[in-house]
Amino acid sequence: MEKISSDWKEREGFSRRWWKWRPLGQVCEQKPATGLGLTLLVTASLSLLFLAQLSLRTVNSSRSAYACFLFAPLFFQQYQAATPGQDPLRCKILMKSFLSVFRSLAMLEKTVEKCCISLNGRSSRLVVQLYCKYGVRKTHNLSFQDCESLQAVFDPAVCPHVLCAPARVLGEAVLPFPPALAEVTLGIGRGQRVILRSYQEEAGEGARRGLGQGAEVGWDGAGPRFPPVADPTDSAAKAMVTEMSIGGEDFQQVQAQEGVAITFCLKEFRGLLSFAETANLSLSIYFDGPGRPAIFAIKDSLLDGHFVLATLSEPDPHPQDLRAPELQRPAPQLQAHSTPHLDDFALDDIDSYMIAMETTVGSEGSRTLPSTSPSPGLQPHCSPGSHSEEEDDTEPSTVPGTPPPKKFRSLFFGSVLAPAHSPQGPSPVLAEDSEGEG
Amino acid sequence: MVTVAELSGQSEKSGGSRSTSSPVFRELRPGPAQRSGCWHLEHPSGPNAPWTMPLLTQQIPDENDYSLVASLDNVRNLSTILKAIHFREHATCFATKNGIKVTVENAKCVQANAFIQAGIFQEFRVQEESVTFRINLTILLDCLSIFGSSPMPGTLTALRMCYQGYGYPLMLFLEEGGVVTVCKINTQEPEETLDFDFCSTNVINKIILQSEGLREAFSELDMTSEVLQITMSPDKPYFRLSTFGNAGSSHLDYPKDSDLMESFQCNQTQVNRYKISLLKPSTKALVLSCKVSIRTDNRGFLSLQYMIRNEDGQICFVEYYCCPDEEVPES
Repeated sequence: MEKISSDWKEREGFSRRWWKWRPLGQVCEQKPATGLGLTLLVTASLSLLFLAQLSLRTVNSSRSAYACFLFAPLFFQQYQAATPGQDPLRCKILMKSFLSVFRSLAMLEKTVEKCCISLNGRSSRLVVQLYCKYGVRKTHNLSFQDCESLQAVFDPAVCPHVLCAPARVLGEAVLPFPPALAEVTLGIGRGQRVILRSYQEEAGEGARRGLGQGAEVGWDGAGPRFPPVADPTDSAAKAMVTEMSIGGEDFQQVQAQEGVAITFCLKEFRGLLSFAETANLSLSIYFDGPGRPAIFAIKDSLLDGHFVLATLSEPDPHPQDLRAPELQRPAPQLQAHSTPHLDDFALDDIDSYMIAMETTVGSEGSRTLPSTSPSPGLQPHCSPGSHSEEEDDTEPSTVPGTPPPKKFRSLFFGSVLAPAHSPQGPSPVLAEDSEGEG
Repeated sequence: MVTVAELSGQSEKSGGSRSTSSPVFRELRPGPAQRSGCWHLEHPSGPNAPWTMPLLTQQIPDENDYSLVASLDNVRNLSTILKAIHFREHATCFATKNGIKVTVENAKCVQANAFIQAGIFQEFRVQEESVTFRINLTILLDCLSIFGSSPMPGTLTALRMCYQGYGYPLMLFLEEGGVVTVCKINTQEPEETLDFDFCSTNVINKIILQSEGLREAFSELDMTSEVLQITMSPDKPYFRLSTFGNAGSSHLDYPKDSDLMESFQCNQTQVNRYKISLLKPSTKALVLSCKVSIRTDNRGFLSLQYMIRNEDGQICFVEYYCCPDEEVPES
């Protein structure tokens, strides 16, 4: 993985580019439109996997967000994948270089008539050809890196709570939030109303407490309101809180308990929504409690997109005490995976829930998922042989983008931490890898 | 105390009482010397003469003493062309009776020339056979756009430009809506400019394209590439622009029968590389132009000629010359 700066400017650039992609997709032979949706996750790289379907996957540098798009062959005018028996073709390219091909979308929409993406096993280039007006043809030969398969394990079916609404409904609901707002809390209020509330980091303690209280009283207007008045001295006083309440009737499905609430990054959510809105799709949100990943899914007949976002953990005053009860709850769900090693992670339910596999090409195990991990306790995401320098390079680069440990936790590397849980809670995600190096 | 803006507005009222003060028009604000009273000027033709060109004549009564006098109803016809070559601070100006040529160079490898022919000016007089001076182009452009660089409907800025000769500043009189600004820009010792010796008889390949087709290509050049490789060939790929950047290589192919192609005269396959950092500034000219002629000679030197149509529909030319970077490695 490459180093990439995770400053917001870049993020904005990416997401801006991204959502305008849909119109272009319509003129492209292979519509990479939605693929670029992945960029909103501030990714270092994009994995393309040419199988029966084209899959585009990416994970952000702090590994708190993952996206995966699958394109049915019919999405394209022509789609030719590797023949059965061959190794599937895949590559991982810098998101930056992929986006540079589509730098000026306005221009592209005007001039590009079709787009052809090709990759063959022999050449070490991903070739993107744009056929433009006046017979002009642009050919980009993009270099890519050693292939890795990026796979997150997630299953919407095990999430107890489900919301489904036209993207427009949610898109309009997030519109009033200030652009700089980092996180938003999604919860279920009384009468199955869906509530979106800005999450203030400065008022973190107060907000969390408020959320807790709100949850107890069922997120209604009658009980104690957020922010709590209990602590007038802290910064909560100066913070503005925006709350949107949407009636359950605007949703196609509300299957959630009153009082549940999760907090996740708004930026990624916005990007996802604007894509789903331009595509006029419905968005399904599958979620569990705080700290557990939320799955956002969009689907139509030609494409299938999943975003997995980390959610903010509840304040955890006695982490050791809470371990035990949690241990019991996820266990039955996990059996659905029927992967033998999962028990090793049962202590950490996120990690048993989602595991990233990054292995080099040719390692057949890369697609058979977690069961191949030789020493799950230490490095379940990666076989020792594939623990290349490249992987190590990732680690420093993820540090700036890594959220504070108490907040979002890595969806993918968390499991590495399992044996190292210290009383002070999760340590920085990246520490363990060097240990696993030996 | 009168500002320049008031100066012309009040000129008729105060016309009778002007007296000569030192010709300080470097600043728009009246200097300390003028603070005591109005900014007085004496018109040589007499106190009641109309307030038309007082500044011009007050210093040098005889216009014939100027080695260069040029006036223009719409200053943008000049400033636009100069912007097309503004990639370095300083420019050398050559004026002959045919017009003015302004030259900007960089790294002894690239040269841009803007030709402003005498016909663009409403008045154009050169006393000597040729007049040459070097000037800070940035300042010149700042002065030319002192009334704003974007056009306001219905208002034009008029320019009168005078140069007295070697060692004297270039004087600019700009007038808009009755307001006159006087600028004096010090001139510098002219430097010798490069002679690219680009002779049309040595031209091997020549392509004329509608600028529209190149505009996007140049604005999106992969600047992580050190060079821009230009392939011109009578056979495929006919005309190709290539970059070799961090992300990989890119090729942009123009078929010879494309509607963008006005003329295609390629005799021999030529592949030359040019420093992208040197060619990138030509985007400024490209953006303004309607057509571009791309020529390479037997040494691989590149000539880019841009045809620019000004607001009055007149045609001007801007030309870029560039040396090839190095021999293309055989691969």
